Amino acid sequence: MTATGIAEKKVKNRRPANSTLSALPWIGPSLLLILLVVVWPAIELIRISLTKITSAGVLEGFFGLGNYRLLFENPDLKTIAVRTLIWVFAVVSITVALSLPLAQLINQNFPGRKFVRWAMIVPWAASVVMTSIIWKWILELTSGELNLTLQQLGLQDGQPVDWLRDPRYSFFVLVWVAVFVSIPFTTFVILAGLQSIPNDIVEASQVDGAGPWQIYRRIKFPLLRNALLIATIINLINVFNSFPIIWALTRGGPGYDTDTMITFAYKMAFVEYNMGPSTALGVINFAFIMLIVLIYLRVTKATRDQA
Amino acid sequence: MKTAKKDKVKFVWTPKKAATAFSAYMIGLFFIYPYINMLLTSLKPNEELYAFPMKRLPQSWQFDNYLEVWSVAPIGNFLRASVIVSICATLLVLVVSVPAAYYVARNRFRGRSAFLLLVLATQMFSPTALIIGIFREVKFFGLLDTWAALIIVNAGFNLAFAVWLLSGFFASVPVEIEEAAMVDGCTRFQSLRRVVLPVTLPGLVTAVIFTFVSTWNEFTVALTVISSPTRQPISTGITTFIGQYDVAWEYLFTTTAIAIVPVVILFISIEKYLVGGLTAGSVK
Repeated sequence: MTATGIAEKKVKNRRPANSTLSALPWIGPSLLLILLVVVWPAIELIRISLTKITSAGVLEGFFGLGNYRLLFENPDLKTIAVRTLIWVFAVVSITVALSLPLAQLINQNFPGRKFVRWAMIVPWAASVVMTSIIWKWILELTSGELNLTLQQLGLQDGQPVDWLRDPRYSFFVLVWVAVFVSIPFTTFVILAGLQSIPNDIVEASQVDGAGPWQIYRRIKFPLLRNALLIATIINLINVFNSFPIIWALTRGGPGYDTDTMITFAYKMAFVEYNMGPSTALGVINFAFIMLIVLIYLRVTKATRDQA
Repeated sequence: MKTAKKDKVKFVWTPKKAATAFSAYMIGLFFIYPYINMLLTSLKPNEELYAFPMKRLPQSWQFDNYLEVWSVAPIGNFLRASVIVSICATLLVLVVSVPAAYYVARNRFRGRSAFLLLVLATQMFSPTALIIGIFREVKFFGLLDTWAALIIVNAGFNLAFAVWLLSGFFASVPVEIEEAAMVDGCTRFQSLRRVVLPVTLPGLVTAVIFTFVSTWNEFTVALTVISSPTRQPISTGITTFIGQYDVAWEYLFTTTAIAIVPVVILFISIEKYLVGGLTAGSVK
């Protein structure tokens, strides 16, 4: 995108700033779409969270922080909030930790590299619900490939493990599937970072006698800082928002045992028709994402200013 | 880039390189393993699914599953809904994002950075956290259980990718070239068509494919907004295979295979531009 920067700088120098009004015919439709699809629902969500609402969705006037009080009185909320933090932290940190060496690997030269990269794109391109359903089949109690393979290898004797329903395992299974679908995007962002490192820096340090590990540790890794930061922030948001994996595999169950704040809000609203507290939780979820988005906007500011 | 090409020509197998290549192949295999499992299961007859001991390959290859599935479940309806919704959302994104991207790339105006900031922020949001607000808004407009609702919501959330990617492409066409073409007698439209478009075509194709694929895969909004079984897109339609106690896995997987394979191929074709569009150029 360096070409972008240069071309735009020329525009800057040559033309005086236009008025916002003359831009409107061009950017107006985009603005309208964003207002309708993103801003309106956000405002509506906040408004409803301050309103008394029946299970049928009928509004019954201002309710102050009543919905929030109802939400915080819910005995399950604390466990779910803690689980959400663990969920986000576990999935994102494992994903980033695994993606670093993976990106390094697919940046090497070897025959068929293109095909390995293509293979790694598949979980990114495929529908997350469908991928989760495939994992559900692999993890099935009696006919799933995992249990059958473990038995064939003699690693599992007696009772097969019920990966999705046994509370000792179900949450880890969800983390596993989330890591599986998050790695491709993360790896490709880090790969892009690796590719943007100028070759002469690496060659110069080779001439100076640096070994491959030293080059990675002292030169490449520091230059990957931006890519890593961006990948981590986008993952934080994606993983927090992750709904299809949990919904397809456990529906947050049994009970609320695998719910996160996102699936819990959905469950309250559309399964239990407990609208009031669910809008309050929706606002809290929205605020959390907003916070990460602000961090993201700050981090990318430097690059945007160049553009 | 030059050295990479040189290396490729002179590639010599050494034990270290062989180890690298081997581990990369294993990793690649690992990431497509679930989908291979899906394809193999989709080709098994029902009784083989629960056979013991398990055989990984089908003993009798049941290609008929791919014909029978159309009468087992209304997947023709599901696919039609997905195709219509995805194409319309894609067209809407194009119509809305191209003028914005072009203008932003070519002009300075007050509020330009604010606009770009807003676009970038929307890219970070997913419909999931806003779903209650979206549901109520769709209801307010009387669009519950319609494809129109899916089209508009999907277009809105995929707009950012297209605006960012395309403005980068438009900006990479020097104004001088466009002006030179006009001096040479091209009209504004001709210069757009002959000079700007060929350069930005990869960007347009990428934006089209990206929007199409993410709308195709979208789950939460479809689950919430569409209630009639006949209007379900494929992403929520497949869950109808999962009954209370029984799952018709072989047919479920023929359906997911039909739904996954084409979009994966499309997505792979835009690999080169994905990261740039998704990180607003801050990495690549």
